[in-house]
Amino acid sequence: MRLDARLRFENLIVGAGNRLAVAAARAVAESPGAVYNPLFVYGDTGLGKTHLLCAVGHLVQTLQPGADIEYVSLDEFVEQLHAAVSAGQVDAFSRRHERVDVLLIDDLQFLTGRRETQAEFLRIFERMQAGSKQVMLTSDRPPQEIADVDERLLGRLSGGLIVDVSAPDFETRLAILRAIRQERRLTISSVALEELAGFEFENVRELQGALNRLVAHSTGSHPVQRARTPAAAAATDNPFDDFLSEITTVVQHHVESWQARLREAIQYWNGEGYRTGTLERALARSEPPDVAQLLATFTAAVEQLRELEQSAVREDPALGGNSVFRDPDRAAEAEELVARALAGETPPTGPSPAFARDTYEVGTSNQLAAHAADAVVAEPGTKYTPLVIFGPSGVGKTHLLHAIGNALAAADVAVPPVVAVVHAQQFVDELVTAIQANTLNRWRGRYRALDALLIDDVQFLAGKERTEEEFFLLFNSLAAGRKQIVISCDRPPGEITGLEARLRSRLEGGLAAPIQPPDRVLRERLYARYLKALGRAVDAALLAVLAEPVVQSVREIIGVVNRLGALADARGVELSPALARAELGAARPTPFPGVRSVPRTDGRRDAAFLDHEKVVWEWPDVSARVLEEWR
Amino acid sequence: MSLVNYATREITCKIVYYGPGRSGKTTNLHYIYSQVPSNRKGQMVSLATQTDRTLFFDFLPIDLGVISGFSTRFQLYTVPGQVYYQTTRKLVLHGADGVVFVADSQARQLDENMESLQDLHANLADHGVDARRLPFVMQYNKQDLPADLILGVPELEEQLNFRGVPSFAADALHGRGVFESLRALSEQVLRKLSNPGGGQR
Repeated sequence: MRLDARLRFENLIVGAGNRLAVAAARAVAESPGAVYNPLFVYGDTGLGKTHLLCAVGHLVQTLQPGADIEYVSLDEFVEQLHAAVSAGQVDAFSRRHERVDVLLIDDLQFLTGRRETQAEFLRIFERMQAGSKQVMLTSDRPPQEIADVDERLLGRLSGGLIVDVSAPDFETRLAILRAIRQERRLTISSVALEELAGFEFENVRELQGALNRLVAHSTGSHPVQRARTPAAAAATDNPFDDFLSEITTVVQHHVESWQARLREAIQYWNGEGYRTGTLERALARSEPPDVAQLLATFTAAVEQLRELEQSAVREDPALGGNSVFRDPDRAAEAEELVARALAGETPPTGPSPAFARDTYEVGTSNQLAAHAADAVVAEPGTKYTPLVIFGPSGVGKTHLLHAIGNALAAADVAVPPVVAVVHAQQFVDELVTAIQANTLNRWRGRYRALDALLIDDVQFLAGKERTEEEFFLLFNSLAAGRKQIVISCDRPPGEITGLEARLRSRLEGGLAAPIQPPDRVLRERLYARYLKALGRAVDAALLAVLAEPVVQSVREIIGVVNRLGALADARGVELSPALARAELGAARPTPFPGVRSVPRTDGRRDAAFLDHEKVVWEWPDVSARVLEEWR
Repeated sequence: MSLVNYATREITCKIVYYGPGRSGKTTNLHYIYSQVPSNRKGQMVSLATQTDRTLFFDFLPIDLGVISGFSTRFQLYTVPGQVYYQTTRKLVLHGADGVVFVADSQARQLDENMESLQDLHANLADHGVDARRLPFVMQYNKQDLPADLILGVPELEEQLNFRGVPSFAADALHGRGVFESLRALSEQVLRKLSNPGGGQR
């Protein structure tokens, strides 16, 4: 990256906020590698860090014309490294950087989480220091606050001098404004500059922006002032002329106020970077438009564009700043662009409509999970995050997960929440594809924009280091935004082996709700449901027979129903308890021959209480009861 | 009466000078007439009686030229001050965009001033005009007379200007305060253009 020729020490305004940093930078530039190495400058954006970097580069160039100066932003450094890796030329990359006399790196905070880059950077860094080559770094935060940075690198970064730059004080602001005025030969009074400097701008860019607005206003066509001045100057002795000029001013001010308002609005929106074709056309008309209405429409259009841009950026950061988002006349194009971005890169898959909450039968075995699911739907993101549903295969975890997803997505709010239900395997595959296609940021954006993330069979993530890493970051990002996370798993989260401890502990931090193989009541309900689904008659006797044998999963029940259905059709008979018993091998004796289960007749009472497996309804003979108590 | 016609791009202001007889309303118009360049003014119409009192009304059109694309015209009217021209006053007042009340500063004319002011309000009310919303200024004329004959501005303010409108001490014969009054009123009138629903102050 080339050094910006305008950014030099000569035009760097020194104030209380950056005096130390500038002094250190100068010292470094005058004797690179000898004093503070590395020099680490941090501070908020727009306070002149890049200016300092470039100034050092220029000064070194002036003092030592032959010096090899490399100035890169961290992003570029990473890109170069990736390019070198893919070209199999990592060594050349390292060697090239080791030859450099002064290495200037901007925006070091993006080192976060980039382990390969950190490792490579550390290597280059060590060799440069050994060779007394100067390194200067900038970041928006001090080294110890850059997350996920290798300890050794952190130590190296902190080894030189760490200085901060802070927001300019009044005097500095004024000095900056005066410097800009001189540089751009502006005709702005010192009083105006002082007034402007009186506002506490957070950074120099804001200050410059304000000055630009001021300049735009003072040079922009403002007929009121222009028309008035000559008339007023000429008048004085003739009362009529005096009167006329006054009236002219008033007429322009009041009669033309809609035009003035439009001009103001045009100037404002232009300043914000938006095109104002609609307003300009209205201004050109002689009829006064409904200014308030016009401006409201325009503002709404701009708002819409902003939203579109945001959603576009979520899909693809490269779309940010696209010119269609700056022109309300091209709103349709912008929408199309976003639609294309969305189509090209759809958000992670949503819940399947096949699995609804009301088709999810609840019994004792899955009661807790179902209640937790309802609580999550009622208060997403606050009640249980994450909700971990665990249980053996085929007990309805996926159904429940999708049911939660559907219920969350159907939430009655203005902006429908974006809900994703993905299988862990799909999650991994997408991530791998994203890494391959170098679209990791887009992938991250897609997932981090979610309002609720539901991941099925999370145990598949175990042992996949990079995926766990990304999932961890995603998890933190969502949790920080109070977004709902629901996880399903085939075992309690604490028992997932191979899962990183930090991730495991996060999964355990919410609610872990087990789902057991279906209990008897649930089995009856499930048989009833599936039989009905096949159009079979359902009666209590049949259900009692069917529900008798213990099954491990719902899939077994579906299998039985299908098998019985086929059998009954083949034999041309109705599905009867006898047939079912025969087919199921009902030879299985009940544990207590005397115990007869009572078919449930009533509709809905507490499921736990009515659970046929838990409640013995009749005690026909004492021996069974004694035996029971004795047990 | 439409003050601003966007279709033809015209602004027309009707300004009425109101006040008791012999307070100097016509003198105001004469002074303005004398100051307006000949290409700007229409013919001043003055219907006077033998004794040079305004019989019907004075009318002075002034063309202020094209301002911001609007050809701007002021029409200045006076009413006959004498009590018995009540009907004429009422007619002239119709559709006025603003009123300059020319009061006679002479101490002995105070009652006439008050009577005329009440008359103005009554006429405005008859036209269905809310006097509080009508652009209105006070002019205390004849302030050049010897001090023992006239009331000072503070006194007149106290007696007449109960609504606290802008007021001007004037000597219409020599032009003092004439354009000041007209200007103040015009500003009020024109301010209403951009803010038709708003009050005078």
